[in-house]
Order: sequence, then C-alpha cells, then structure tokens
Amino acid sequence: MAIKAKADTFIDEICAIPGGEGIRLCIQCGTCTASCPNADKMEHTPSQLIAMARAGMREEVLSSNTMWYCLSCYLCTVRCPRGIKQTGLMHAFECLAERADLSYAGSFTPTMYRSFNHFACALGSLPELGFMTWFYILSNPFRAWRMIPVALNLLRRGRLSIRARRLTPEGTNQLRAILDKAETLGGVS
Amino acid sequence: MRYYTYFPGCSASDGGAKAYNWSAQAVSKVMDVDLVELEDWNCCGSTPSSSVDELGAFCMAARDLALAEKTGLDMVTPCSACYVILNRTNTYLNGYPQFKAKVDEALAAGGLEYHGTVRVRHLLDIVTTDVGYDAIASKVKKPLSGLKVAPYYGCQMVRPGFGFDHPESPQSLDKLIVSLGAVSTPFPLKARCCGGSLIISEEDVALDLIYKLLDSASSNGAECLVTVCPLCQTNLDAYQSRVNKKFKTNYKLPVLFFTQLMGVAFGLEGRDLGLKTGIVPVEKVLAKYI
Repeated sequence: MAIKAKADTFIDEICAIPGGEGIRLCIQCGTCTASCPNADKMEHTPSQLIAMARAGMREEVLSSNTMWYCLSCYLCTVRCPRGIKQTGLMHAFECLAERADLSYAGSFTPTMYRSFNHFACALGSLPELGFMTWFYILSNPFRAWRMIPVALNLLRRGRLSIRARRLTPEGTNQLRAILDKAETLGGVS
Repeated sequence: MRYYTYFPGCSASDGGAKAYNWSAQAVSKVMDVDLVELEDWNCCGSTPSSSVDELGAFCMAARDLALAEKTGLDMVTPCSACYVILNRTNTYLNGYPQFKAKVDEALAAGGLEYHGTVRVRHLLDIVTTDVGYDAIASKVKKPLSGLKVAPYYGCQMVRPGFGFDHPESPQSLDKLIVSLGAVSTPFPLKARCCGGSLIISEEDVALDLIYKLLDSASSNGAECLVTVCPLCQTNLDAYQSRVNKKFKTNYKLPVLFFTQLMGVAFGLEGRDLGLKTGIVPVEKVLAKYI
C-alpha cells in the first residue's frame, strides 16, 4: 500500500503539469525510445523513465540524465500511438528536478539551461556571447579554450555581438513585474 | 501588400543569425510583404528557460503574445525555436484554465492581458502558403539552374506540428527551392535533429548528429544546404570544421538561410543578404549566380 501511495503522489505531481497528464496512457510499446536520437546516451530510455515514474521512483527519475539529453526534437511526440507528449513530459521532469534540487550533475545541460534563463530573464534578450561565457565559467572554464576557434570565426564574420539588445526602460520594468509576480505563483502546477 | 507582426527572435535580431533577418527583410520587400517588428519584444524563453522555470518562461512568451495581440495581425517568426515556444504557450493557455489563470495574473502585474487570439506562424509558412510558389517564381531574375540544394527543415518548425507541413516528410522547402530554378536533392534526414542547444553543453553528442546530416546531404549530391532556423544554421555551419576534425571528413557545404537563397535568385545584392557571414564560404558554390 505504501508503494502505491508513493506512486500516486508522483503521478499526480506529473499530471498537474501541462502536457504531463498523458503519462497514464503509456502502453510501453517503446516507439519513443526507438525514435529518440539520443536514447543510447541516456541512463534510462524514455519508455523506461515513464515506467519508473509510474512505479513511483521519484528520486531515481529526477536524478537521472535522461531528460537532460532530450533534444526537444519532438519525434517521440508525433509518433506516440497513445498521444503522449513525451517531450513535454521531459520538460516537466526537468522542472521537477530543478525544484527538488536533483538536477543531474553528470551533464552540463542543466547549467547551460540555467545560464540561458538567467540572461533571458534579467535582460529580456539573449546575448549569445555573454551567455556562453557565463556558461563556461560555471561549468568548466578549461573547455572554453576549445571554443576559441569557433568564436573567432563567428567574430570575424560579425556574428558575435558584444552588446546585448535592450528593451526600453518601460518594457524592462513591465517584464520584471510579470516575472516577479510569476515567481510568487509557485510554478505551473 | 501583406502585413504581419514580425518577431525576429534574439539570434536573428542581434545574435549570430543577423543575415537571416537582413535577407528576410530584403526578400519580403520584393514579395510585397511588410514585416512590422513587434515593439519592445522580449526573448521567448526558448526551450532552455521552459526546462528550468516553466511558469516564468511561459510568462515571457505570453508577454510577447499579449503585445502582438494588440496589432491584430498574424505573428511571424523566422526562428523555429521561437515558433515552437510561442505556439506551445498558446496551446497550453487554451487547454489548461488553471495554468492560464496564473499566466493572466502575472501579465496583469505588468498591466497586460492576453485573450489567446494570436496566430503564430513561421516565415516559411508565410512565403510558401500566403505568397505562394507561382508568385515567387515570377520574381526570380536569376534562376538557380543546376544548383543542387539540400532542404533542411530541422525539428521544431514541423514538430510537434502546429498546422504547417508534414512532421516527418515535409515538402514546402523542396518546392520553394524548385520554384527558384534550383534542384532540391533527396535528403532522407531533412527533418532530423541538428543537436540544438546541446551543441553547447554536450558537444560530442551534437557533433554526431551534425555529421549524420552532412553525410546524408553530401552523399545525395548537395552542393549546399538551406535552413529555416538560426540554431540549425549555426550548428551545421560553424561546427562543420569540428565535424571534419572528429570524423576525418572534408565537408565544405555552405549553409544558407532559405531567405538568402531566395534573395540570390531575386537578383538582390549579396551584402543585403549577408552572404559573407557564412563560416563555410558560399561564394564558390553561388559564383554563377551572384
């Protein structure tokens, strides 16, 4: 009984997130896994992760690397015979992992996503150079040197802007007010 | 003249894909399309934001939608990532009342409201559906006869599917290439993933995917690729030398935005199309036409 109760809580948590409710429909056919370009890089394949979530393995699911290897290519989503939106489900797992502080440390993707979000929220635009520099500082500065040839090529062709696009002061304040309010509302579910 | 609310997105506006924005504006003039940039828009949040802060990300996209709604026009973006996020926001707002209530409350804090009426479209949809292939063909001054082009759709313009083209076997870009006088080469991987933003965090994983795409395009005889997304273009173009190093290959496939290819066929100036911004030079392949 205890196991069932635990499973239900996690499933309820997932179903409350837009796009997460389809998890109850899975028949374990494996189409999502067979379609995924990154399934071989994942600790648990997408269909395994769904089965684990339904078994209530909250911590194992949220600390896995699976969702962080999702490319958001939506191939699984358009092929699922049950109409499950697996890509949305992966985003839901990512958000729950973030909230529970279980973001997988073996992948740099959570750090990259956070750096991206940091800039997007703070400035209302994404300065690619600033975002990438910040990401490399946070993840592994030694990897940055390997990026120098790519960065130089982009710079030479005018494709790396130093300055970020800025909103008007009114726009900045409006966005700030919206995001501050959103933060008090406790997530999508 | 056709009018649209234009949402360039960060990459085409001020980032690495400025050539996409320039060429989109240049060819729009030729097609009597007016792309009116949305005033004071903000980053759509893209997939990374929605993966770590879902409500915040959707509120960012909702602000853009609310601003666009005031114009009463269709909202068009050249970026597949913006396209998918703005459409997803619309879908969620229309399908989940509880979620909508939270987004509405956040928007109200900024003095905005959104009624869910904005239709978000990709620039390729505008070009091929609204303007149409015949009208495009009639504007061609320099037919790209003999040029073999691989049409690369990527993922997020066609999937999960917001009503434009087939999710796995799309045709619109193929037909556009043909209407410019060029040859659209077979490209089995035309709607497969380029690695997306994982090129930054998990480079090796993304390089494998880029290699497969370049191999598929090249082995089918393509001289260049055309893309519909700033990130796809950057991955295929700026990381092509990395692929060559990793897989001991020697690809030199220029990667153009579809608007750049249109501009060349329309006889527009190379500098207005940003042709020199390609990391893999385009001049040799396009020499006959520019």
